[in-house]
Amino acid sequence: MTSLRVRGGTARRFPSSNLVRALAPYGFISPTGILIIVLMIVPIVMVIGYSLLDNVITTPESKFAGLANYIAVFTDPNFLNAVKNTLIFTVCSVVAHLVLGLGFALMLNSPLLGRLSRAVFRVIFILPWLFTAAIIAILWRLILDPNGVINYVLVQTGLIHTGVAWFATPATALLAVTVMNIWAGYPFFMISLLAGLQGIPRDLYEAATVDGAGWFVQFRNVTLPQLRPIIVSMATLDLLWTTQQFALIWLTTGGGPINFTEMLSTFTYKLAFSNFEFSEASASAVIILLGSLIVAFFYVRQQRAQD
Amino acid sequence: MGKEAHAKRRVLGLLGAAAAATLILAGCSGTAGGSTSSGKVTIEFSQWWEPELPAGALKKLVGEFETANPNITVKLISGPYASIQDQTTTAVASGTMADVVGLDGAWVSDLVKQGGLDNLSKEITSSGYDASQLSSQVKISGSTYMIPVVNFVYPMFTNDDLLSKAGVSAPPTTQSEFLKDAKAVSALGGPVKGWILPLGTTNPNGVQNDIMSWLWASGGSMLKNGEPNLTSSKVEDTVNFVKSLSDAKAIADGAATLQETDKVTQFTNGQVGMMIDSLAHIDTIRKANPNLKFSISAIPAADGYSGKRGIPFASWGIGVSNKSAHKAEAWKLVEFMMSKKTNSTVSTLAHGFPGNTGSTPDFSTSDPLYSQAFKIYQAGYPANEFVGLPVANELMRDFDVEFQKVLAGDESVSAMLKATQAQWKAKF
Repeated sequence: MTSLRVRGGTARRFPSSNLVRALAPYGFISPTGILIIVLMIVPIVMVIGYSLLDNVITTPESKFAGLANYIAVFTDPNFLNAVKNTLIFTVCSVVAHLVLGLGFALMLNSPLLGRLSRAVFRVIFILPWLFTAAIIAILWRLILDPNGVINYVLVQTGLIHTGVAWFATPATALLAVTVMNIWAGYPFFMISLLAGLQGIPRDLYEAATVDGAGWFVQFRNVTLPQLRPIIVSMATLDLLWTTQQFALIWLTTGGGPINFTEMLSTFTYKLAFSNFEFSEASASAVIILLGSLIVAFFYVRQQRAQD
Repeated sequence: MGKEAHAKRRVLGLLGAAAAATLILAGCSGTAGGSTSSGKVTIEFSQWWEPELPAGALKKLVGEFETANPNITVKLISGPYASIQDQTTTAVASGTMADVVGLDGAWVSDLVKQGGLDNLSKEITSSGYDASQLSSQVKISGSTYMIPVVNFVYPMFTNDDLLSKAGVSAPPTTQSEFLKDAKAVSALGGPVKGWILPLGTTNPNGVQNDIMSWLWASGGSMLKNGEPNLTSSKVEDTVNFVKSLSDAKAIADGAATLQETDKVTQFTNGQVGMMIDSLAHIDTIRKANPNLKFSISAIPAADGYSGKRGIPFASWGIGVSNKSAHKAEAWKLVEFMMSKKTNSTVSTLAHGFPGNTGSTPDFSTSDPLYSQAFKIYQAGYPANEFVGLPVANELMRDFDVEFQKVLAGDESVSAMLKATQAQWKAKF
């Protein structure tokens, strides 16, 4: 024990054995560590464990089944269909989020817009991000209803003869849910890219102008390289989030019509809560986790490179 | 950094560790449900009924039970139907299911398979309960696991104004009349259609309420000796009949993603002439569109059928947890809910039909359609073959997806029924 002299000359004693000193750092990180273990590591390990058993929850005694659940999932034609739909849905959504987000961010950052109109557009463009998934689903179901606004406009302009049930028609259902997801997600890109645009030093553009660069050359050689770290981070995160999109699909199509909008998320949910095949659902979840880990790996690598 | 700061950091570190330890202990310690203190027993009752009954109604009934049984306290666990379903499934696994549980017949088979439900036949025998007063019991392998407290039937609703505009003077009573009337209403033009068929797979109960109801109304069955029998001529006739309505473009657009709520909304808005729906929605329709004139009648039967008509129903069922430490007290609550007086009160409040044959709902102050529905119910018989089947929701979803292929022109009716039969067989 050592004594510590403090202001006013009063000595207070604090434990200072080597053991306490060694344990102190662990004490600091223990609340976070415990939370990570309880909320993340334990559930993940449990799900991996479940995926190797014949079934859980619905059976009083579970037996080790090896990779049987993984084989069952991989050989299920609906799983392959869900993988295909998820890929189309995700790639289209992320690309459109990026293009729309960048387009709107450039517009809001443009000196051509006055302060008032910029504020108005900023509010309008960010609106979709303020709605919850349930509201977005209801809104789009109304918009795309056979008697809804979109069909009314299309019929009135003579582009179609009768209203189309966009969510319920096999040929248009995937397109409909993708458009809805694009609408719901682009503001996040827009806000982040706008912040990035506002951080690009003006002198870079001035130097480019002096060198005789036009708008497009400036965009390609100044704006895009400056935004690159943000674009890569956002695209990676969006890829992860969109792959796991569940609420919007479930609330609009439920994976239908037939299986035309079945995603990995809805496929897994149905396995667990409709078929009560919790082990197969766990196997499916582990497969999604592995896919997400690959994307996360590139995300972390990119972040490190940025640092 | 000075020594004082170092020491403070160490103390803070120890405090952090203490907080973490508290967190773990808090996470690990749980109060066991149904604990006994000073001779009093507390039992839990999970259900989705409380939010659907008038405010305070279930609490009042439970209060009456507690007064009659001073040693038993009932803790109500209430939530929406879907939450209670998920909670019940997972609670069985963790052994935390409430002592008394509100059940839907479609859940029973799976919960029994999980070993979650108490065999009520034993409670009935040991308590000397007169089971003949029960209108029905949901049994698995001859043993009772659920008792329906209130039944909600699904008759046919018809929009009087639309039918009248289409030149239809009375609701159809046969399938051919129905097809003719549905075509006539659809011919009115605009967004109006004769019938609405919700086939959304999020909740595929349209298969039970809107497709199989036609089969049951004509005395048919989709099972034979407890096994699927979808390839029978009666089932094929039913599916062909529904397909003929689609071919005639007499069904509201977008059926593949419509849910029960869409059905009620479109009927309330006057967009569809006819629907098969729960009586529970009468008040909702009246409130949303007080000017809508509508009637209810029995579901039309196949031409030439003159026997009793099956009428689809859903139940608020009740059961007891197999892991309950207070089964005797839990059974007392079941007995109370099924008693003549309480059952009459619950069915009156819920606008349903009682599970006790001696109970009579008081519809004197309710919408006259309820009394009319009671007559339809008494003239026919409650029919819902999905009750007690394994993974009932998934069976409906299988049927739904295959039927959508028929409507999309990708499959014939007979091929669809064969495919669904094979899928169902695998699940049985």
